[in-house]
Amino acid sequence: MEYKRPSCLKSTPSGFCPGCMHSLATKIIAEVVDELGQQENCVHVVPVGCSTLNMLYWNGDMVGAAHGRAPAVATGFKRTNPDRLVFAYQGDGDLAAIGLAEIMGAANRGENFTVIFANNQTYGMTGGQMAPTTLIGQKTTTTPYGRDPKETGYPMKMCEIISTLEAPVFVARYALNSPKGISDAKKGIKKAFELQLSGKGFTFIELLMNCPTNWGMTPLQTLDYMNTNTIPYFVPGVYKDKEAQEK
Amino acid sequence: MSKVFMKGNEAIAEAAVRGGCRFFAGYPITPQNEIPEYLSRRLPEVGGVFVQGESEVASVNMVYGAASSGCRAMTSSSGPGISLKSEGISYLASTKLPAVIVNISRGGPGLGSIQPAQMDYLQATKAMGHGGFRVMVFAPATLQEAVDLTYNAWEYAERDRNPVLILMDGCLGAIMELVELPEFKETHREGAKSWSLMRTDGEKRESRLLTPYLPEALLEQDNIARGKIYKSWEENDVKVEEFMLDDAEYVIVAYGISARVSKEAILRLRKEGFKVGMIRPITLYPFPKKSLQNLDYGRVKGIIDIELAIPAQMRDDIALEVKDRAPIYTYGRSGGILLDDESTYEAIKKIVTGGAE
Repeated sequence: MEYKRPSCLKSTPSGFCPGCMHSLATKIIAEVVDELGQQENCVHVVPVGCSTLNMLYWNGDMVGAAHGRAPAVATGFKRTNPDRLVFAYQGDGDLAAIGLAEIMGAANRGENFTVIFANNQTYGMTGGQMAPTTLIGQKTTTTPYGRDPKETGYPMKMCEIISTLEAPVFVARYALNSPKGISDAKKGIKKAFELQLSGKGFTFIELLMNCPTNWGMTPLQTLDYMNTNTIPYFVPGVYKDKEAQEK
Repeated sequence: MSKVFMKGNEAIAEAAVRGGCRFFAGYPITPQNEIPEYLSRRLPEVGGVFVQGESEVASVNMVYGAASSGCRAMTSSSGPGISLKSEGISYLASTKLPAVIVNISRGGPGLGSIQPAQMDYLQATKAMGHGGFRVMVFAPATLQEAVDLTYNAWEYAERDRNPVLILMDGCLGAIMELVELPEFKETHREGAKSWSLMRTDGEKRESRLLTPYLPEALLEQDNIARGKIYKSWEENDVKVEEFMLDDAEYVIVAYGISARVSKEAILRLRKEGFKVGMIRPITLYPFPKKSLQNLDYGRVKGIIDIELAIPAQMRDDIALEVKDRAPIYTYGRSGGILLDDESTYEAIKKIVTGGAE
């Protein structure tokens, strides 16, 4: 077996920070698109955040969306081009703060595209402010004393919220800090894309990720931190699998 | 071709369908609700798509998504909703996506009132969103004109790859008139092949990125190119009606429903021997500067700006062309209160007989 760069990624060196899982997540998505033979058919909706950098690395059709609006842009595109494979790759600020209405609307309508939710519990691009997913006690540039739930509430669990809706067909969370987690995430993304290609409806994949730069840790430290802090709160697993339920 | 009796909002919606619109997303707001209601039943009949968005913000971004594949797409709203859409309109402009936005305008600011007004002139013509871009603004005064402008709006939007705004007050949206509906246009997306994300079966092309973000040097070049487009609008795309200007001593400037009421007053005043005429901008942007520049200021004694807006919003644009060559008077109602024939006639008569302040 030959290990090579997926055709959906340009040969441009990644500008994501060293040890950041955005490059890893983008790579496994690209591998899945390749494996499904969808390189030309795929449309990547690029939102606002560190994820915007994918405009430089992704090799395929892309449309940039305003902050939080990727699910609405994807709705307009997919409804007028039902045969295309459409996905949005949104960060936590984009999806769970400014874009809450758009993600809930699209999920509730059961739009036939896939949203991949990159949850690293911070606003990476703007320098590490509190995100809706920032953990209790976690220090950020806007929670210098640690996130206090009395003032800022609790980290939002998007898989749990979306899985309460009737329409979504597959909702799952994976952690990218272990080989097994990465392998499971790739299988989940593939399943979501296959469900979309067979017209089944809305699919949602949450990826637990790190941000060494804004967490102020080495990449290795982030892996341990995720095991002891992130994963116990954002529990990985399949939250909704409509086909399995119906069997 | 036969004429049909239609309500303004529905006539615009049907004209859009005949003009090739195959995607509409919108959110309920008075006084434009007949547009989404009509299209929710009409678009499926022609293979199009209607989506009721979760907000105005989402709706305009759905239009953005559809337009990125070359599909003719439209959204409609009224003042408060247009403000929410302004983010998306700015993104449409920056990503160079053609789309048609309809504003059936009402009283403002804020929630204002749900009754007709022309309070969104400044928003429409100066800053339809952040970032210093412009859009062509069509302001019909009759339903036939509304039909024709809507029907052809995508030609301008696609030529310039820029959104087009149709600004119509709630009065025109609600009235019924006879309209002649044009033939259906071809709805294939051929024109969008060279820039959009559409893929035709079997055809190979390089992958594309449609982006609202540009690096500094490219963005400056993009700004310069936009400036040239706006300049070309002024030269080529101004639409204006000049009414009884040849001997006019007083010239009314009014658009939309205000122009209709003003026209009635002019005909009445003419019978009494008062030489009153009118410049009616049909494109509010580009503004019909030449019509004002070309007036004989040796003869013209005054300009009268009549709007459903207080304070009058078009006055600054008029003053830039008139300079100090004639006094500029304003008359209008606002808050959702309409201009009526009698009061408008009296207000103009007061000005032309020298009784105005």
